[in-house]
Order: sequence, then structure tokens, then C-alpha cells
Amino acid sequence: MTDTDKSDTLVPDEGLAPASTALPTAGVMDDLTTPPRSQWRDVWDQFKTHKGAMIGAILFIFIVAAVYLGPFVWTIDPTQIDIRARNQGPSLGHPFGTDQLGRDILARMMSGGQTSVSVGITAMLLALFLGSFIGVLAGFFRRLDGPLMRLTDLFLALPLLPLLLVMMLLFREPLSAAFGLERGIFILIVCAIGITSWMPTARIVRGDVLAIKEREFVLAARSIGTSNSQIITRHILPNVLSPIMVSATLGIATAIITESALSFLGLGFPPDFPTWGRLLFDGVDYLQQYPERVFWPGLAISLTVLSVNYLGDGLRDALDPRIRGR
Amino acid sequence: MLNFTIRRLVLAVPTLLFISLVIFLLLELAPGDPMAQVPLTVPPEVKEKMREALGLGQPMHVRFWKWIVQFFWIEPQVLVDAIFGTTFSEGDLRVISWQTRSPVMDIVVQRIPQTLWVVGTAYVVAILIALPIGIYSAYRQYSWFDQMGTFVSMVGFSVPPFFSGVLVIVIFSVQLGWFPSIYDTTHVVNSWDSFVVQLKQMIMPVMVLALQITAQLSRFMRASMLDNLNQDYVRTARAKGLSEYTVVMVHVLRNSMIPVVTVIALGIPAIFGGAIITEQVFKVNGIGQLLIGAIQANDLPMVQTLTFIFAVLIVLFNLIADVLYGILDPRIRYD
Repeated sequence: MTDTDKSDTLVPDEGLAPASTALPTAGVMDDLTTPPRSQWRDVWDQFKTHKGAMIGAILFIFIVAAVYLGPFVWTIDPTQIDIRARNQGPSLGHPFGTDQLGRDILARMMSGGQTSVSVGITAMLLALFLGSFIGVLAGFFRRLDGPLMRLTDLFLALPLLPLLLVMMLLFREPLSAAFGLERGIFILIVCAIGITSWMPTARIVRGDVLAIKEREFVLAARSIGTSNSQIITRHILPNVLSPIMVSATLGIATAIITESALSFLGLGFPPDFPTWGRLLFDGVDYLQQYPERVFWPGLAISLTVLSVNYLGDGLRDALDPRIRGR
Repeated sequence: MLNFTIRRLVLAVPTLLFISLVIFLLLELAPGDPMAQVPLTVPPEVKEKMREALGLGQPMHVRFWKWIVQFFWIEPQVLVDAIFGTTFSEGDLRVISWQTRSPVMDIVVQRIPQTLWVVGTAYVVAILIALPIGIYSAYRQYSWFDQMGTFVSMVGFSVPPFFSGVLVIVIFSVQLGWFPSIYDTTHVVNSWDSFVVQLKQMIMPVMVLALQITAQLSRFMRASMLDNLNQDYVRTARAKGLSEYTVVMVHVLRNSMIPVVTVIALGIPAIFGGAIITEQVFKVNGIGQLLIGAIQANDLPMVQTLTFIFAVLIVLFNLIADVLYGILDPRIRYD
């Protein structure tokens, strides 16, 4: 809500500034009667000009829709075993064929995609929350800056992939005992990825907060007695939204790749609970006879990550006011 | 500069200690039992003895201290002994693997050459490819070559090594049969033919690793070149009649290399970590595969030592990158 509030308050200023300097002619009246353009409208216009980003956005929406809405159209159960129809090639009944137990690969791709995409988005949200929280605290409160940034440096010096593997090994059983097998591993993977990937966001947000908190509007807010927490939520956070959004897109990409890598190394989700990485891992055993079983999940991972990366690229350009309008 | 280096070196010690503590605690707090594989028929008091034989009897801080002593004091002595034939470390306990009951560092030393060969070659190849691509895409910004470069590096970012690796295996080893899909580390190069075999088995893992590194490095090189190409000193160089080659390859390139060199240094430890997956795909028995095997076998001393070695690499190369930055760019002052 704060975004729209901010843009609403910004727009009259922008509309009035040229009117006060120009001569009072009919042209000015036109300027005043044209509806005010919001900041997000400008961002959208700039975003539209970036072809790769548009294609990426459409592709990402398509993949997410296919993965979540697809099972309503394609109603075969991904866990249904039909041993007589095993190892079939593509056909009308099974467009991607079936696996070694006769399970439909298209249905498995969709349910695997649901897990991969939801792990990606949830882990990104967690990393984003941690990163923004630490970044804002470090940037806003000078006393916390040193310790928090040392903490970030320490986390950056940790060997992440080995640590992730160790975490997966060690906490797999207690968590699956506590929350059930699938949910336990979901929580474990999301937490592990979130805890090991918040550092870049924290650094970027801290840098921006350091610059913004010296600006006049923060001083104005402080002078009328706004409390620190309200300054942060109303004035600082809306203004650091753009770097946060860009690192959100990149966060989805890295989270999906990390989850697939863990599944590929055999330390992710259990075998009967497909994700794209797990499907790829299972397909490697049948590499020589059925290479397409490796190809489809790999392509799905790569396309998703590629589209998200392009999306982030376009978003970065669109949200940068120095590039926008050129 | 010397002051700065010394200060950073001193600062690295608490960082490394803290990281080793984090790794130790993570392994410690985790509820895994190294005795889980022992048959149930073994009586509990024998199990207790076995536990003590593994060094698990003492309280946590004692074991952490012992590990620190073993890693930082005894292992360097072993290294000195191995090089100079002295006997400093005789009779001292070393970090022992639970899998093989032999010193962890001995196994690591056996595995490191394979990793270094594959990863090192990949890094050199990637640098050799990435720098010219970056230079040319920046010089002809928005040309079709630049657009292609952008697209290829986006693909390089997005295609994970476990997919690109499997893909090249399907194409070049299964379909075309050009290269072997498994890296044979026992292969000895002693003739031209065996050299060709070695070359063939290295091509695929090196290319898969190099694709990723190239994607990042070429983007960085391009951005750095673009920053410098519009500077005043470039106009001056052109105005005084230097050839275009000299302007770009001497004046612009040398200044653009400053951040790129530090990025190259920063990337080396990440490559060791990232090579875990590539080693797994091509069955290279380097330290990445050693780590995966140790994790699956619940071999905690091995996991702890290997993870810590990765951490040491990261801290060390961060330090090197900072110092290099100061040496290469005289405008940077760390005082």
C-alpha cells in the first residue's frame, strides 16, 4: 500500500513543477488536464521496451501456470504406477513417455515443478526478509552497522555448498520425524537455502539505506516526531524496494538451482517425491537408453532460471531512474 | 600496504576460528550417531569403548580444542616432516578419518591433484575465452557480437552444471562416442597417445566448468571496459594520434583489468566449491567427491576438515584479492 501512497503524493509535484515555470497558455492547461502518470506506469513503460525481459516474464508466468494449473487439465496421478506401460516413448496418452515404473512423465514434471518453484519462491522470500531486515538495521542504526556487517562478511566466507550438504545430511531425519517426511524436508531445504543466501541483499539494502536516511524527507519526518519504526516502514522501505525486487528475481533463480543441485547430489527430496532436480538425477541412470528423461527436467530448470534472470535484468533497467526515460 | 596486509592476516585468524567453530557446532548439534551402522548384537559397553576410541568420550570443548591443535599445529609439522625428512610430529595424533582410519590430510593430499588439474585447467581456459569476448563486446557495444555474448552468458548463468554436464555426455559420449563419459584418474601420461587420451577425457569436464566461469567473467570484463572507454584519458590518447590498437589494448585494457583481476582471484574458492557437482557428474575422484562420500558415510572428521579447507581457501583468496587491488591500483589507499 505504501507504494501507491507514495506515488500518489509524488505525482502532483511532478505535474505542477513545469506549470509554475511555463507561461499560462492553453498548452499548460493540457498538461494539467492529462491524467497524472504514476511512477509504476513509467517503470512498466520502460520494462516493456526490454524485449528479453518481456519474453522472460511471459515465459515465467507460463511455466508457473503450467505447473500449478496443468494438473487440473492433465489429471493423471504422478505417483500412479502402471508397470505394463513402463519405459514408453512419447504417445498421445503420455506426451513425454513413461518412466521405469510406468509413471507418466508429464504429470511428474508438473508436480516436480510445483515443488521446485515453491521451494524457489519460499526460499527467496525468506532470504529477502532476512537480508532486508539485517540490511535496514545495519544501515539505519549506526551502532549495529559494524557487528552486522562483520556477521555478513563471516557468512560470505562460509563454504556454502558443502555446508548446505552437511545441513541436509544432519537435519533430514529429525525434521522429517517432526513435520512428516515431505514437509520436513521442504522446511529444511527452504531454511537452509534462505539462511545461506541473504548476504548480497543485506549489503545492497544497507548501502541504499545509508544514502536515503541522510535525505531531507527523512529529516522532515523525524522533525515532526515520527518514530524510528515508522520512518523505516513508511519512508525507508518503499525507497529501497527496487533493489529488493531485483535481488528477489535473482534469489528465485539461485534457490531453484541450489535445490536442484541438492536433489541431484541425492541429498534433496526423497525419490517418490519428484522435483525437477530429482527427476534429472533419476534420469541419469537411464541416460543411454532414454536421454529425453534427463532432457526435459534439465530444460525446465534452465528455462525457468533463464526467464527469471532476464526478468531481473529488465527490472533492474526499468527501476533505475537514470536509465528510465532515455 | 605491508601494514594493511599484516592487519588483514591478523584479522583472518579470528574469522577462521569462528568458521571452524560454526562447522564444529553444526556437526556437534546434529543428531547423527556414528555408531548407527554397528550391528545391534554388539553390547552397549563395547559400543561405549568404540565411541571412546573415535574420540567421542570427552566433552565438546576438549574435542574442539584437540581438533584445532591437530589441524593448526600437528598437520603443519607433518607437512614439514614430509618435505625435509625431519621427525617433529612423531607420535602425535592426527585428524583420523572414521571411514578409513587413516589421517584425513593424507587422503586429501591424494585427491587434490585431480581437482587441481580439472578445475585449474577450466579456470585458465575460461579466462582465455572470457577476456577477448569481454573486450570485443565492449568495443562494439550493442553489435550482434555483443548481443550474442549477452545471450550466451545468460545461458551460461542459467544452465546448471549438472544439466550441461549430462547434456554433453549424451551428445558427445553416448551419441557421437568422441569422448569418454568417466574421467579416469589412474591414467598415466607417458606417450603421445596417452596424452591424447588424457586430453579427450579432460575436454568435457573442463568445458562444462569453463562455460560457467566464462559467462561471469566476460560480463565483468565488458562492464569494466565500458567504464573506461568513455574516460577522458582515452580521448587524449586518441587525440595524440595513438593507433586504435594501442588505445584499446594498452591504455583501456590495463585499467580495466584492475577490477577483473580481483574478481578472478575471488572466484577461485567458489570454483572449488562449485566443482563438487561437476566432479560428481564426470566421476572425477577429487576433493568434491571425497566430501560427498564422507557426508554419505557420516565421516564427521573428514567432513569437518574438508569444509574448513574450503573456508580457508575463501578467506585466503579474499585477502589476496584485497591486496592485489591495492597493488594494481595506486589510487587505492588502505590507510
